[in-house]
Amino acid sequence: MSGKRSTFLLSALVFGFAFLYVPILLVMIYSFNEGKLVTVWTGFSTKWYVSLFSNDGMIDAAWNSLRIGVMSATLALALGTPAGLVMSRFGRFKGRTLFSGMIAAPLVMPEVITGLSLLLLFVTLEQMVGWPAGRGISTITIAHTTFCAAYVAVVVQSRLSGMDTSVEEAAMDLGAKPAKIFFVITLPMILPALLAGWLLSFTLSLDDLVIASFVAGPGSTTLPMKVFSSVRLGVSPEINALATLIILAVSAMILISSLLILRSERNRSRASSTEEA
Amino acid sequence: MLVPEAVLDRAHEDVHKTQPWNNPDAVPFIRFENVTKKFGDFYAVDDVSLDIYRHELFALLGGSGCGKTTLLRMLAGFEEPTSGKIYIDGVDMAGVPPYERPTNMMFQSYALFPHMNVEQNVAFGLLQDGVSRSETKQLVADMLALVQMSKFAKRKPHQLSGGQRQRVALARSLVKRPKVLLLDEPLGALDKKLREQTQFELVNIQEKVGTTFVMVTHDQEEAMTMASRIAVMNEGVINQTGTPFELYEYPNSRYTANFLGQVNLVEGVLIDDDEKYAVIKSDEGGCEIYIDHAVQGHRGMTFWAALRPERLRLTKEPPENIKYNCVSGKVEEIGYLGGISTYHVRLASGKRIKVTEPNSTRQIEPRYTWEDPVWVSWEAGAASVLNK
Repeated sequence: MSGKRSTFLLSALVFGFAFLYVPILLVMIYSFNEGKLVTVWTGFSTKWYVSLFSNDGMIDAAWNSLRIGVMSATLALALGTPAGLVMSRFGRFKGRTLFSGMIAAPLVMPEVITGLSLLLLFVTLEQMVGWPAGRGISTITIAHTTFCAAYVAVVVQSRLSGMDTSVEEAAMDLGAKPAKIFFVITLPMILPALLAGWLLSFTLSLDDLVIASFVAGPGSTTLPMKVFSSVRLGVSPEINALATLIILAVSAMILISSLLILRSERNRSRASSTEEA
Repeated sequence: MLVPEAVLDRAHEDVHKTQPWNNPDAVPFIRFENVTKKFGDFYAVDDVSLDIYRHELFALLGGSGCGKTTLLRMLAGFEEPTSGKIYIDGVDMAGVPPYERPTNMMFQSYALFPHMNVEQNVAFGLLQDGVSRSETKQLVADMLALVQMSKFAKRKPHQLSGGQRQRVALARSLVKRPKVLLLDEPLGALDKKLREQTQFELVNIQEKVGTTFVMVTHDQEEAMTMASRIAVMNEGVINQTGTPFELYEYPNSRYTANFLGQVNLVEGVLIDDDEKYAVIKSDEGGCEIYIDHAVQGHRGMTFWAALRPERLRLTKEPPENIKYNCVSGKVEEIGYLGGISTYHVRLASGKRIKVTEPNSTRQIEPRYTWEDPVWVSWEAGAASVLNK
C-alpha cells in the first residue's frame, strides 16, 4: 500500500494506541516526579527509585515473586510438556476430549474459584497428611504451577501439531527407540516452544494476585500482594517507580518469547515451503 | 490369458537372471501374503499378495488413496497389517518394530532433522547401531560423495534447495545399507526438469549399491522410467503387476490401460473368433475391429478394444482396405506440440478418438485443420482386447 491512507483509519489507530498506552506512559513519567503527590508534577527526580530499593518489604516481596515464578514456571514446563505431547501425538484414545478439556479448563476458570478450591485442598491435606504444613511459598508455587501447566500444554501442543510427524518416524526408521527419539529429535525441535512456555508461565506467576492471596501465608507476600496492600493505604510515587520497572521487565520478556516463536515459525515455514510444493 | 504365449515363452537362462519373476524357482525377497489393512471400516489394502525379488526397483503405482503408501508403511513397520503376513528375506515381520527392521525409508517430505546439519543427519542411523565414530565418519563421507553432497556437509537442511535435500534424504536412508530401501514419492517435491534428471540418477545409484528399492508413486511416467516392475493399484487391490513394457502393451483391464499412457477405449461385441483371429463389432467405434490373435470368450460377449493414440493413422482419403479397423470422422480439436500433434476426431457415433501423429517432416502449413473429414485406421495388431 502506498500513497495517502485514510485519515479516519489513521486517527482510529492513534486513538486506539493512545487508549492503551497513555495511562502506562503517564505512570512512567510520574515515576520521575519529585513531589510526593502522585498527580502533581513538580520536577524531575529519581529519588523514588532510590527509596524503592531501600524499602525492605518491597524487596522481600519481589524476591518471593521471583523465586515462585522460576519454580512454578519450571514445574509447569515439566508437567505441561508431557500433557501437550499426549494431546498431539497419542492419536485418538478413550477420554481424549475430556482430557484436553480438563487441561484447558484452568485457562478459563475464574481465579477466585481456582484460588478458593486450592485453599480448601491445602487445608484438607494439612489436616489429613500434615503436608503442606501451613501456607507459604510452596503452596503459592503449587497453585501457580497448576494454571501455568495448562498454558505450557497448549503452547507445546500447538507446536507439535504443526510439526511433521515423519521426522520422528524417520528417526525410528533409522533405529532410534521412542524414548531416545523424544530427547534427541522431538525435544530440540520444540525447544523454542518450551522457552516461550516457560517465559509465559513466569510472567503469569509474577502477575498473579488473586490466587496468591488465597493460598499465601505469613512471610510469603508476593510483589502484587505487597503493591495492592500499599496502594490501599494511598498511592505512593514509589509504586510508580516499581510499576515502571515491572512494565519494562515484562515487555522485555514478551518481546523475547515472541521473537523465539517467530523465529521457530520462520524456520518451520522455510523448511516446509519446498516440501509442500 | 490376454498376453500372447510368445511373450511368456521367452523364459530362458538369461531371462531368469534379469527377470527373476519369470523364473518359477526364484525365491522372492519380499513377500506379501494376503495382506489386509483396515482403518475402521475402510479397507486401505485388501487381500494383497505380492512378490518382490532381490535387486529389483519395484514401483507401486496408483492414484491417491489406492493403498500404495499403506503397503509401503507396512513394509517399514509404521503400520501393522490387520491380517496376512509380510516376509523380508524369509523373516516374518509381524511385531517387528520399525527400528529393528532391515528397511530404511526415504520420506516424501524428506523428514530431515532440522536441528542437525547434513553430516549429522546422515550419521544418525549409524550412531543408533553403535557404529564407531571413525567408521561412521568414513561411511558418511562415502555416501555424501555418492550423492554429490560432500560440499554441503556442514549445512543445515533449511539452507539447502529441494533437490539437495532429496539427496541428503537418500544418503541418510542408504548409509545403513538396508536390505530394502523404501521410497515414498521420492521425486514428488521436485520441479519437472529436476525430476527427470533425478530419475536416472536414482536408477544409477540403485544399480551401484544393488539394494532392493520399493517405490511409491502416482506418476506413471516416473514409474515407467525407473522401475523394473510396476504394480498398478486401485482401491486397495493390485490390478496388474508387470514390467513397464508388459503393462503398456498388454494391459489386463481398462483401469491399467487408462492409467499408463493414453488410450482410446472402444466398446464392442465379439462376432467372430478363431484360433488365429477375432473380430469385434463396435457400434461406438462405428466399425469392425480385426484382432490378429485369438480372444478367450464366446460370441456375443462385450469387449473393449484399447487403441493407443500413437498407433492410429490419420488420412484424408479412405485407406485401400476399409473392411476392418477403419472409421471416418471430423477433426474437432488440434493440439500442436511441435514434435507431435494431437487430434481429437469426432466419430459418427459421437465418440471422440484421440490420435497423435509425429511431425516428422517440415510442412508449409498444418496438415489438418478443424472440421476436416478424416479417416482413422490402424494395424491388426494395434488393438489390445480387454474384458474388464
